[in-house]
Amino acid sequence: MSDTAVRVRELRKKYGDVTAVDGIDLDIARGEVFALLGPNGAGKTTTVEILEGHRRRDGGEVSVLGEDPSRAGRTWRSKLGIVLQSATDAAEFTVRETVHHFATYFPRPRDPESVIELVGLSGKADARIRNLSGGQRRRVDVALGVVGSPELLFLDEPTTGFDPEARRQFWSLISLLASEGTTIVLTTHYLDEAEALADRVGVIAAGRVVAVGDPATLAGRAEAEATVCWSTPDGERRIKTSSPTKVVAELIAQFDGEIPDLTVTRPTLEDTYLGLIGEHP
Amino acid sequence: MTTTLPLRSTDIEADPVPRLPSAARLALKRGAMELKGFFRTKGQFIVIFSLPAIMLMLLGAMSGSRAGLPGITGAQILTAGMIGAGIMGTSFQNLGINIALERHDGTLKRLYGMPMPRVAYFGGKIIQVLVCMLAEVALLITVGVLMFGVALPTTVNQWLTFTWVLVLGGISCTFLGIAAGSLPKSTRGANAVITLPFLIVQFCSGVYIPFSDVPGFLQIFASIFPLKWMTQGMRSVFLPEQAVVLEPAGSWELPMVALALGGWCLLGLILCLKTFRWTARDDG
Repeated sequence: MSDTAVRVRELRKKYGDVTAVDGIDLDIARGEVFALLGPNGAGKTTTVEILEGHRRRDGGEVSVLGEDPSRAGRTWRSKLGIVLQSATDAAEFTVRETVHHFATYFPRPRDPESVIELVGLSGKADARIRNLSGGQRRRVDVALGVVGSPELLFLDEPTTGFDPEARRQFWSLISLLASEGTTIVLTTHYLDEAEALADRVGVIAAGRVVAVGDPATLAGRAEAEATVCWSTPDGERRIKTSSPTKVVAELIAQFDGEIPDLTVTRPTLEDTYLGLIGEHP
Repeated sequence: MTTTLPLRSTDIEADPVPRLPSAARLALKRGAMELKGFFRTKGQFIVIFSLPAIMLMLLGAMSGSRAGLPGITGAQILTAGMIGAGIMGTSFQNLGINIALERHDGTLKRLYGMPMPRVAYFGGKIIQVLVCMLAEVALLITVGVLMFGVALPTTVNQWLTFTWVLVLGGISCTFLGIAAGSLPKSTRGANAVITLPFLIVQFCSGVYIPFSDVPGFLQIFASIFPLKWMTQGMRSVFLPEQAVVLEPAGSWELPMVALALGGWCLLGLILCLKTFRWTARDDG
């Protein structure tokens, strides 16, 4: 078994005259949680749909769990979990019926009842899916993505419409799956989500990968200048510096005790991200 | 796999060589799910399943004893026509609307991403259509027999004709329904795009009015489509032999019925294979 779950080289896809994916390279290791970030229309969903086998590519090489998605068969699909972005299917069925039904498609499914509990829908198990809220509906999609106990799970903007509590629950579910060794590829708009979940993030803009890395160090974020900020009787003072420890040491000497309202901040992932996509409109 | 994973179901893990479920098993599972869905979706259930029987009761009661010949009532002719329309409704109209909805609500996309053999999807559809169709035909025959004095066929030959008209008509309209499911561009449009042409063909094919009363050029138009041949075949089964004089052709033309329906089966299959797609069109 190879250590690579997903390998993409020079992936290209056009819709008519519009280039959606313009030469993407990606390597995602087994057991890794990888987040694809990027603005709307950047090519995230197209890329993920090509990896899932839902779309054909125009050019490049793609290998997912060792197979080409455009030619792979049922056994390959049984190792995949897919959480679709905007499904409204199965409206007339209950949560329980739907999860039990799709579990039968897989050779080694999870217990449907524990999956329902895992996504926090035990109280709604016998409700028709059409009567669920948007966030609950998405949790059904997540349940159907994990019921086959996949080796590789794709999540396309999974937490859209979740309230903060449901989002936290979802994050702990993803962490649990990751701790079991499931490889997870997710797209998201939420930078805090990428930072909380992903081992590595890839930023896509205009059909290209513009940065890949650990969210903490992405695009030189850790080495970037920090901002030291404190209060004086004359108002707020801030200094941008590459050696914040030295600045703070000087302040300690100056104040001889607590420094009023002291903060030291690095650029947030959001600052880094906006900088990256701003360079690639 | 280790046994410490908290989420795996232990009874399934005991199986050392997990195998993919067979296509036949999944087709049965899907068929059961499809049937449940059909009878729960009120719009489909009312329009496709109940409406033909309601129309038969209403129109049959209104047509009274208006008859072309002694011993044959308009309601009897109507019953044979409605059986043809019922076969087409539970196959063509049912699948055309249903598959269009499934394309737009993500059902097809979800299934495409599942480890399901493609044939299990169509197997499930066929089970659903078959059950609905047989129930529909049984319902219409019951109404015809109880309310309008329609006589059940008495000879083996008539039952044979009934069976092959049902089978060929059902298959051709099933294929056409699957193909037509690709036409509607939105969920809202599905009903209109599928039901309107179906309604027009029903009027021209002698479902609501005797075929002999349909204007000549519309008779020719109707002869293009399978429904006219299905109703004609059903009239040969459910009407007394002397009713044959009401046919514009002067005979039941059973060989022609078989030829037309067989041809539509073939054409329908080709259309299905050419038009059906699982994935979204590559237009964004």
